[in-house]
Amino acid sequence: MKNETKNPAIDRIDGRMKVTGGAKYFADFDLPDLAYCVIVGSEIARGTLTNIDTKKALSAPGVLGVFTHLNMPPIPGWDAPAGGQADGPPPKPATEETYRILSGPKILFDGQPIALVVANTYERATYAASLVNAKYSKQTARTSLEKHIDKQVTPKGGDYSRGKAYAYQSAPVKLEADYKIPIEVHNPMELHGITAHWTGDKQLMIYAKTQGVNATQQAMAQAFKIDPKNIRVHTEFMGGGFGMGLRTWPQETAVVAIAKKIGRPVKLVINRSQMFTMVGHRPYTVQTIQMGADNHGRLVAINHAATAETASYEDFTEATVNMTRFMYECPNVSTRYRLVRLDRSVPIWMRGPGEATGAFALESAMDEMAHKLSMDPIEFRLRNYTETDPEHNLPYSSKHLKEAYERGADAIGWKDRKNEPGSLKEDNWLVGYGMSTGVFNAFRWEASARAILHADGSLVIQSAVTDIGPGTGTALTMIAHNVLGVPFDRIKVEYGDTSHPKAPSQGGSAIVSAVGSAVFDACTKIKNELFELAVKANGPLAGAQTADLVLTEGAISIEKGLDKKVAVGKLMESSQLSKIEKDADLKGSPDLQKYSMYSFSVHFVKVKVNSLTGAVRVTKAVSVADSGRIISPKTAASQMIGGVTGGIGMALTEEAVIDHRFGRFINNNLADYHVAVHADVPAIETIFIDKPDPVINPMGAKGMGEIALIGFAGAVANAVFNATGQRIRELPITPDKVMQREV
Amino acid sequence: MNPFQFTRVSTPKAAIAAVTKESGTYFLAGGTNLIDLVKREVIIPERLVDINKLPLATIEKTATGIRIGAMAKNSAVADHELVKKHFPLLSMALNAGASAQLRNMATVGGNMMQRTRCSYFYDTSMPCNKRGPVQSGPDKGQPNGPTGCRAIGGSNRMHAIFGASGKCIAVHPSDMCIALAALDATVNISGPKGDRSVPFSEFHRLPGDMPQKDNTLAPGELIMSVDVPTNAFSEHSYYLKVRDRASYAFALVSVGVGISMKGKTIQDIRLAMGGVAHKPWRLKEAEQFLKGKEATEANFKQAAKLTMTGAKGYGENDFKLTLAPNSIVEALQVATKTA
Repeated sequence: MKNETKNPAIDRIDGRMKVTGGAKYFADFDLPDLAYCVIVGSEIARGTLTNIDTKKALSAPGVLGVFTHLNMPPIPGWDAPAGGQADGPPPKPATEETYRILSGPKILFDGQPIALVVANTYERATYAASLVNAKYSKQTARTSLEKHIDKQVTPKGGDYSRGKAYAYQSAPVKLEADYKIPIEVHNPMELHGITAHWTGDKQLMIYAKTQGVNATQQAMAQAFKIDPKNIRVHTEFMGGGFGMGLRTWPQETAVVAIAKKIGRPVKLVINRSQMFTMVGHRPYTVQTIQMGADNHGRLVAINHAATAETASYEDFTEATVNMTRFMYECPNVSTRYRLVRLDRSVPIWMRGPGEATGAFALESAMDEMAHKLSMDPIEFRLRNYTETDPEHNLPYSSKHLKEAYERGADAIGWKDRKNEPGSLKEDNWLVGYGMSTGVFNAFRWEASARAILHADGSLVIQSAVTDIGPGTGTALTMIAHNVLGVPFDRIKVEYGDTSHPKAPSQGGSAIVSAVGSAVFDACTKIKNELFELAVKANGPLAGAQTADLVLTEGAISIEKGLDKKVAVGKLMESSQLSKIEKDADLKGSPDLQKYSMYSFSVHFVKVKVNSLTGAVRVTKAVSVADSGRIISPKTAASQMIGGVTGGIGMALTEEAVIDHRFGRFINNNLADYHVAVHADVPAIETIFIDKPDPVINPMGAKGMGEIALIGFAGAVANAVFNATGQRIRELPITPDKVMQREV
Repeated sequence: MNPFQFTRVSTPKAAIAAVTKESGTYFLAGGTNLIDLVKREVIIPERLVDINKLPLATIEKTATGIRIGAMAKNSAVADHELVKKHFPLLSMALNAGASAQLRNMATVGGNMMQRTRCSYFYDTSMPCNKRGPVQSGPDKGQPNGPTGCRAIGGSNRMHAIFGASGKCIAVHPSDMCIALAALDATVNISGPKGDRSVPFSEFHRLPGDMPQKDNTLAPGELIMSVDVPTNAFSEHSYYLKVRDRASYAFALVSVGVGISMKGKTIQDIRLAMGGVAHKPWRLKEAEQFLKGKEATEANFKQAAKLTMTGAKGYGENDFKLTLAPNSIVEALQVATKTA
C-alpha cells in the first residue's frame, strides 16, 4: 500500500443515495402484516406500580396486544448469566437493583416502560397507549448527584497514581478547581427502534438502529437461546448514533419477544422524549483538579477526581480521568473515579465519551495554570510535552502534536491573541482566543472482510460493519482501490448486515483501522493470487519474482521492466477464473503491545462575547487532527466538522434538565434541549497532519471520530476566559453565566 | 392523540359559528403550536375548525399605517417590502422567532395565540394551573392533570419576573407580539356579538387567578387583522433576543425598540420586553424618561433601572433581574447606532 502518499478527496459513495431518499434506514423497511409498538413510560422515577389498567387500551381499534409485567412473554436467556455491557442485558449486578423490562411492578427510573402497546397502525398504537391507566405508590426519587455524593461507590478499574501522593501540596504554584458537565443526550435526528420479524420458529430477521449488527445478533441469540446463525440483523444506514446504538436496549429485546408472541412482525420507533430515558446519555459528572507547577512552567503534580452518575441497577463507567495520566510529562499524578447510583436510567458512551468530559476539566485547568504562570497556553503545553507515554512507559507509535499546535495556531491567528484577558474588542463585543488538546486511544480491533474481484474488473467488498455516518464505505473503497487499483466507480461496498463477514460495532474511532485492515488483507490476498497466476510456469510473466511485481491501473507488470505487462481481466480469463474471492480475518498483533497508540487533536477557537447580554458566539474554529494517514480526506473533514458542531453544543447549549422533586426531565424535546444549530456554527477549518502511523496498520491510519470532539468545549471555555476574564467551569456556557452586572 | 372532529370553513362567519357552538372547539391556523399541544394531550379538543381557507392573508397599506391579515404567514410579513421599510422592528422580531420552516407555516393570528413554553404546562403528569380542564371525552370538565404551579420552586429559568401570580409564573413566548406591543398595534376581532378592536397591549393578560386564560378573547371570537400605525422609527429599530442558542430558541429576555432621533436627541421611543411576563411587557416609564434626552449610556442605564420596578425572581430566573436591564441598554445602544 502506498501509505507514503496522501489520498485524493473523493465524494462520499452513498452521498447521492442519502440526499435523494435512496438510503433505507431501519424504520423504512415495510413488511406484510407489520404491527406497531408504542411504549408507555412511567411518570414517576421511583416507587411501585400498584395498578395498571389496560382494558380501555385493549378495546381500542386495531389493538393487537397490551403487554405489562403481568403478561409479558418470557425472555428465556435473561435468566442465564449474560455476556457484557454491549452484548446483552445487564449482568447480575453488584448494584442494589436489577432491571429487566416489564418483569415486575418496581419503578427504577423516570420513563421506565410500564406497558408496550401493539396495534395495526402507529397512530392506533399511540392512541391506545394514551388509554393505559397506571397507579403508583411513589417514593422519593434520588436523582441529584450532589445530594447523594456521599454514597459514592468505587467501580472496577481502580485508582491510579505515580510519584508522590503529596507533591501537589508543596508545589510552588497551585491550582484547585471544580468542573461540572450536565447530562447530555445524543439526540441524533433518527429516532431509535427496531423491527423484529420471526420468519420461522427459530429464525429471526431484525432491522434495528444499532451501531453493531453482530452485537445485536449476539444479544438476541443469547436472549432467545437460538443460534446466532439463525438471526440476521440489517442496519445499512443510520441517522446518527453517537454511542446510543452501542448496546441492545431492553425495549428492543422486548419487541422481539412480543413479535413472537403475536405472530407478526413488530416495529418500534420510540418518540423524542423517550430518547432521553431509554437509550442512554452522557452522565452528569463533577470533577476536581489539583494542579501544581514550578515557576518555570513545569508540571509538578496533577490530581484528577471525577464522580459520575449511574443507574441504581447498573454501573456504567467510562475513561473520564485517564487522559490526565499520560497527556503531559508530570512526575506525580493521581486519578480517582467514583460513581453515584441514582434513580435514573443508565448512561452510555456519547461521542468523545468520558475522555471529552475529562478533557474539559484537564484542558481548562491547563489554561488556568498557564494564566497563573503568565504563560502562553501553547508554550505551557510545550514545556510539558512528552514523547513517551508516562503512564505505560512506552513510546507513542506516532505523535505529531507539536506540528498540530503550530499549524492550528497559525490558522486561527493565535499571534493576535493577548495573554491578558479582556484586551480585545470588535464592535463592542469582547474577543478572545482559546485552545485545547484532545486525545483518544487508537485501536485495531479484530475484524473480518471479504473482497471479490470479478473478471470484468469490478470489485465487491463485504463486511458486517455499519456505517453510522462517518463515511466508512468511502474509506473502505479507498483502501481497496489503493491495493488493487480498481477505479472507485467499479468498487461496491456491501455492509451493515450480519450476512457479511463479522465486524465490530462502530464506535471508539476504530473502524477504519480494524475493518480497513481486514479489507486491506483481503485485497492483498487477491493481489498475491494474481501475482502467482502471472508468474506461474506458463503465465504471462513467467520467471519473474512476485516480489518484483506491481499492480497499477488494472495491469500487472514487473516493477523495473515496464515493457512486460498483463491486464488483470485477461489474466483471470486465461486462468478461467470468473472471480477471485478472499476472506480476511484480522487478529490483534503482539507488536501493537510495544507501543502506546493514540490519536491527537488540537482545537482552536475565536469567540466574541457580549458582556451585557452574556451571549457567546464562536466566530472561528480550527481543528487539527493528528490521526495518521487520512484515508478519505473529504469524509474525514466532514467527520471533524461534525465533531466540532457537537463540541459547540457541549460548550454552549446542551443540557438535559431534571426537576429533582419529580426525578423527571423537563426539557425532553428538541425545542428545549438545545443542540447547536447552523447559526451557532461558524466556518470550521479542518487540518490534517496526515502522516502515516508506522505501527498500527498497513494503511498507517488512526481513528478520528472521537478526537474531533474531545477537548473542544475546553477550548471554548478558555476563549471565553481570554475574552472576559471569567472562568466558566460548568457547562454549558449560557448567557446567564457570562453576563456581567452593568446596570 | 385523541380522536377529534375536523371541519374546514371558508368564511369567518362560519368559523365563528362553528367555534361558538360547542366548547372544546378550536380554530386551526398554521398549527405549529396547536398540533403539538394536541399530540401531547395538553389540549384535548372536541373539534378543530380549519381556517386556512379564510381570505385573511392580505398585507395592505391603509390611511394610518398597515393592516396585516390574521392569516398572513409570519415569513410573508417579515419579508414584505412595506414591513421591512417602515416597520423593521416587526420584521426583525418575526425573523428572530422559531425557524424558517415554522415561520412559513405560522400565521399572525396564530402567533398571538401561542401558548407558553413552560415545561410543567407541557407535561400532563406535572401539576399546572394553566392547562385548565379537559375539553373532550369522558373526562370533559375535569382538570387536565394535577393542578398547582411547580415552576414556582422548580425549573423556572425561562419564567416571568414581572406580573406573575401565585398561580402561574409562565411567560408569553412570542417575539412578534413584543414588536406589535411596542408599535401600538390594534387587534381587530370578529365574534358572535359583532366586531371590536382592542389595543395590542390589552390583548394578552396577566395570569392572576385565571392563568388558563392567556388573552381577552371571548369564546368564538376570531382575530381578523392587526393594524400597525405609521411611525418614524424605521431608521432606529432593533429587536434584541438573548437566548440559549443563536437561533430556534425562546427568549431568555428580548427587547424591542423603535426610536426617532434628531441629532443625538431621542424624539420619540417605543420599548417593550419579551421573556419576562405573561404578556408583552411595554416599558412606558422608560420611554417617558428617554423622550427628549440624549442617547447616552448613562441615560440608557437610568432608563433600564426604571423598568425594573416590581421585578421579582423565582430562583433559577434571578439572573433576568440583571439580564433584563443589561439587554435594554444593549438594545438602545445598537438602535441608536443604526443610522
